[in-house]
Amino acid sequence: MPYLLAAPLIVFMLAFYALPVVAMLMRSVSDPVWTVANYAALPDDAVFLKTFANTFYTSLIVTVASLLLGYPVALALVRAPRWAPLILVLIMLPFWTSVLVRSYAWMVLLGRHGILNEALMAAGLLERPMRILNTPLATQIAMSHILLPYMILPIANALRQIDPSLLRAASGLGSPPWRTFLQVTLPLSMPGVAAGVLLVFVLALGFYITPAMVGGPREITISMLIAQRVDQLDWAYAATLSAVLLATALVLIGAFYRLPGVGNAFRMNAR
Amino acid sequence: MNGTAPGSIRGASVLLADLEKKYDRTNAVDGVSLDIRSGEFLTLLGPSGSGKTTTLMMIAGFETPTAGDIAIDGQSVVAMPPYRRNIGMVFQNYALFPHLTVEENIGFPLKQRGVPKAERAKLVGEALELVQLPGYGGRHPRQLSGGQQQRVALARAIVFKPRLLLMDEPLGALDKQLRENLQLEMRRLHADLGITFIYVTHDQEEALTMSDRIAVMNDGKVAQVGRPEDLYDRPCNRFVAGFIGESNFLPAIVRSLEDDIVVAECEGVLVRALCPARPATGTQVTLTTRPERLRFADTLNGHAPQNRMSVTVTEAVFAGERCRYMLRAADGTSMVLKEPSSAAIRRRNVGEQAEIAWSVADTILV
Ligand SMILES: Nc1ncnc2c1ncn2[C@@H]1O[C@H](COP(=O)(O)OP(=O)(O)OP(=O)(O)O)[C@@H](O)[C@H]1O
Ligand SMILES: [Mg+2]
Repeated sequence: MPYLLAAPLIVFMLAFYALPVVAMLMRSVSDPVWTVANYAALPDDAVFLKTFANTFYTSLIVTVASLLLGYPVALALVRAPRWAPLILVLIMLPFWTSVLVRSYAWMVLLGRHGILNEALMAAGLLERPMRILNTPLATQIAMSHILLPYMILPIANALRQIDPSLLRAASGLGSPPWRTFLQVTLPLSMPGVAAGVLLVFVLALGFYITPAMVGGPREITISMLIAQRVDQLDWAYAATLSAVLLATALVLIGAFYRLPGVGNAFRMNAR
Repeated sequence: MNGTAPGSIRGASVLLADLEKKYDRTNAVDGVSLDIRSGEFLTLLGPSGSGKTTTLMMIAGFETPTAGDIAIDGQSVVAMPPYRRNIGMVFQNYALFPHLTVEENIGFPLKQRGVPKAERAKLVGEALELVQLPGYGGRHPRQLSGGQQQRVALARAIVFKPRLLLMDEPLGALDKQLRENLQLEMRRLHADLGITFIYVTHDQEEALTMSDRIAVMNDGKVAQVGRPEDLYDRPCNRFVAGFIGESNFLPAIVRSLEDDIVVAECEGVLVRALCPARPATGTQVTLTTRPERLRFADTLNGHAPQNRMSVTVTEAVFAGERCRYMLRAADGTSMVLKEPSSAAIRRRNVGEQAEIAWSVADTILV
């Protein structure tokens, strides 16, 4: 009975994760009386709509940025085996550092008298310090940095599974390197790209600490809104938002699994 | 290319001059020189690790030689990247693009050359016809059997009418029956297309049946180049004699020389052997003969080969079409004799004394 081996974990997850989550979600329809009014009100709730849109927009920017930055790194990781250990350490070192610490680091870098502003002014590119900290840009930069490994690793994994003889075959059949990249490498790495995009986007949707620390005061995310309402002891509203966030993530994951070839990619990567 | 009409292409000639590829510790290819003629079917044959693939990869341009030169039609290509060499190549694992259909795979080299879509479709259709896979164009490689994938790889390698086709053990992964069918098809294709084939295999039978010439490789060097029958009948060293077909090796001492024949003392008797070189009298040498060229003397009526020896039968095996005998000569050297089986020929028993005979032309000094 190999299932029994998983029993302690299942009990733990049920007791300390599933039950509290369900209890929390129940509040969205039962606090103070049974009702779906909390959900019915959302389409007319300007704060919710603006926050939801901002969260989506931020996640989108972060996903695109980490894809554009991460793909070349993944390619280098696989194609330049000599540098791979160094690249891997550079990727994983921040990964092992707490998000809080990294967000503080970005505050130091991006602040009014931060290293970036000082450097730009010293180089004569700026006359007065630029406001970067506490803007959406700061959130986007810091989140992209934090989520980059989630993009790089699945893509590198997909790239590593491409049979090198395919690249030789393409070359031998008359395709110069850049065309081989577009015609062979890129399409064959799409399962990894899809996995990375999904991971980064879904994780970005739920980000709290980083946008709260480095982001703008007006451009808040769903998680920040949830935290605000919990502070105000408006549990029912917080629970409703949580349910919406969870449902959004699940729908996205479900949709990705249905993309041709992607579901297989997850299984392949699990091997 | 350049608009040459199909059927009128001539194969490329390939010249390898002292080609060398050194890796950290190994000399994968160690001074290979070969002159491959236009339209020839040349096979690189050799045991595992003898440098066949490395040689082929250097011709294709995937590896850079550490020394020496490769000239195609008299022009050095060492500095040319693979995608400009215009060489067809079939890999051992086929290397079909898994995300493309059969049609798209075969059309790939045409697309790189800017062939318009309609023309491409026509050429792909012809190529599928040629490898006997019409109607399979819409499938993906994973929906094909090994033999079908092999044909697609072949079609892809020839659809753009290269003048040189390289193949690295293209039939290695297939079962015997399919391999034999495809061997015939390759021969036919070679005859039809008129292009130069360089073929790598470690299967000597395949090499013998398919090739115009074979280059036997060992340890990164060419041990011997020649037509299949030359290699079989006149191996010029012990490695080739042992690698191609079965051989008996007899230690001997040179006693005298007559024209191009060496008389050597072997197992207490004088044996004559062909020898292009002129070894000094008294030198220790090795003579080689093929088991099927030895005869029991009493089965030969009339014409009598010159070389004779007394032996003892130590093992007798009936193997259907032939009988195989292990023999021991006077000094203890063991030999194999193969005799076509016939109910009319008396089979020998173990322990029996016999006289064997074979001709001078079948005796080579290596
Ligand atoms: N990239 C490499 N790095 C180091 N050594 C290599 C490399 N490629 C090949 N070799 C070595 O070079 C020698 C020749 O290899 P090669 O692949 O050409 O042999 P082969 O004749 O094709 O053998 P097989 O029949 O097994 O395919 C081997 O000893 C091999 O270990
Ligand atoms: Mg090989």
